[in-house]
Amino acid sequence: MTDTPTTADVSEPTRLKRTFFQTLEIDTRLLGMIGAFLLITLVFNVLTEGRFLTPRNIFNLTIQTVSVAIMATGMVFVIVTRHIDLSVGAVLAVTSATMAMTQTVVMPQWFGIEFGSPLIAPVAVLVGVLTGLAIGALQGWLVGYLTIPAFIVTLGGFLVWRNAGWYLTKGQTIGPLDENFQAFGGINGTLGTTWSWVFGVIAVAFVIWAMFRSRHSKIAHGFPVKPIWAEALLGLIAAGAILGFVAVLNAYEVPRPRLERMFAARGEVMPEGYTAGYGLPISVFVLILIAVIMTVLAKRTRLGRYIFATGGNPEAAALAGINIRFLTVKVFMIMGVLAAISAVVASSRQTFHSNDIGTLDELRVIAAAVIGGTALSGGIGTIHGAILGALIMQSLQSGMAMVGVDAPFQNIVVGFVLVIAVLIDTIYRKRTGA
Amino acid sequence: MTMTDTIDRSGAPLCELRDMQKAFGGIRAVDHVSIDVYPGEVVGVLGHNGAGKSVLMKMLSGAYMRDGGQIFVNGEEAEINNPRDARRYNIETIYQTLALADNLDAASNLFLGRELVNSLGMVDDPHMESETRKIMSRLNPNFRRYSTPVAGLSGGQRQSVAIARAVYFNAKILIMDEPTAALGVEETRMVAELVQELKRQGIGIFLIDHDIHQVKTLCDRASVMKNGRLVGTVRVDEVTEDDLLSMIILGKNPKDIAA
Repeated sequence: MTDTPTTADVSEPTRLKRTFFQTLEIDTRLLGMIGAFLLITLVFNVLTEGRFLTPRNIFNLTIQTVSVAIMATGMVFVIVTRHIDLSVGAVLAVTSATMAMTQTVVMPQWFGIEFGSPLIAPVAVLVGVLTGLAIGALQGWLVGYLTIPAFIVTLGGFLVWRNAGWYLTKGQTIGPLDENFQAFGGINGTLGTTWSWVFGVIAVAFVIWAMFRSRHSKIAHGFPVKPIWAEALLGLIAAGAILGFVAVLNAYEVPRPRLERMFAARGEVMPEGYTAGYGLPISVFVLILIAVIMTVLAKRTRLGRYIFATGGNPEAAALAGINIRFLTVKVFMIMGVLAAISAVVASSRQTFHSNDIGTLDELRVIAAAVIGGTALSGGIGTIHGAILGALIMQSLQSGMAMVGVDAPFQNIVVGFVLVIAVLIDTIYRKRTGA
Repeated sequence: MTMTDTIDRSGAPLCELRDMQKAFGGIRAVDHVSIDVYPGEVVGVLGHNGAGKSVLMKMLSGAYMRDGGQIFVNGEEAEINNPRDARRYNIETIYQTLALADNLDAASNLFLGRELVNSLGMVDDPHMESETRKIMSRLNPNFRRYSTPVAGLSGGQRQSVAIARAVYFNAKILIMDEPTAALGVEETRMVAELVQELKRQGIGIFLIDHDIHQVKTLCDRASVMKNGRLVGTVRVDEVTEDDLLSMIILGKNPKDIAA
């Protein structure tokens, strides 16, 4: 069929006037979020007289963000398919409770596996993940097959799961948790400087390989590609960001008394002038791994394509032969597993399980996804956006705490930021017609 | 303009719907209806809104489960219970709503549910876009907007994506639900040309249409429905537009009128 060419049709192929950012093909929305994040960090750095951007604070900021960020990646899928999950904080609590009970009661008392056995951490994590998977499957089935609104199912779950955890632990705080398990908590488990550099180099190699592959594939199909200088610039920025991040985390030195204790525990004496950096926390490594997996799932698999298609037009997806009911179950299962992994990070970070763990996390997670550009109307959202959203929220919160803003005002500001972020996003979408 | 009917109806129909039934609650949306189409034939499916045309076609495309009746493809009974089944029999549908996911680009929509994957099982977007460019250059040479969500496309562009989806996957039986309802004059003419081309390729087409004049030009036979029942099937070169209208409005078969 012939179309009368509209202005948009003409302007796209001609591409005479291209801005710098268009040439780089960077999403302006992502750029805006990164800009907002940098602005926030710089303002707090000035207000705290340089204390905000110290290696120590950046280290703490990242490990505080991990738990919410992991769940936010799953919430993107949930919201993209036009659902919501109000139960993630409660699922985090109940999976944390099952893992705590597994390592302190079930394994030592029922199976006689001594506390401290290397078996404890992996079995506990497995039990937690399976619990999260089962809860997700149940909730997904209620939503997908019995067509109860997700809002109601997960509101019920919000009440059920936390209190199921409470019942399991009889309301007690369970701890300390297994030492290997605690390695996922942040400060108690880091890669150290050498392995952090190894990670950084591998990550840079991976990014460059992915860019090369994408370019190669475009050329093979005869599509236009970015100029080489643009590719090189993007590669340099990515490599600089990764290695800079590693350098900052490596610069955070383990305090002297702690080092001395570590040497003493091994029956050695610490050499004079010995220092060691923390490096990349294992929890952050887990987040990066999940971010990569979830991004690949979203962009490069049929499951991801169907998730977005269903969010965009459920009827069209069904007519294309997509099993939307089962898709809903899968999306909630992913969310359940991610809540369980967050529970590993959150409980090991505080070194014990408590009943109030993950309280209000459902709201933080939804806010992170939404600030990160996920549309509640469905069909739109990105994994990296949600993680950035979590980072922005955590920066605001801990920045205000460092500046000495009163607690009520901290939450008031975060509330304003949430609403304003969505407002800006709505205006942006109207303007660009996306 | 009336075409002479040159369709060979000596063999088995390409597709036959026999004694189809579907009820919603107490309402019989499709009540023991039988229609068929032969290779290279266009059969108009006519009737008022609510006559049951779309429901009948949706049972063939697998969107609805039928309550009763049989579907035959090339003389053999076909088991069609969902859209995937229908696609296996090379039955493609162009829905009136177009059934596009507005947030995805043209290629993702064209291959929705049938994505091309690479050796790692990953969705191969460049490959799909290159295939989409090939088919679109045939159907809509002015189409340029491959990398934007289809929400931003014009009505004609969206229609061409929906048609490309049916044509690309080698439909043998094509269901077109009011393909020109939202189109301008020029675009309508292009759809008519496409129907002629598909006819020449031996594809059987069920065409739901409200435009009687268009039915007279495009269709070989017309099956008219009213209140869920089949009024009758006629060869369009043997009836006038008025005959078709009286079938649709009054539910009268011209043979009955003549008799």
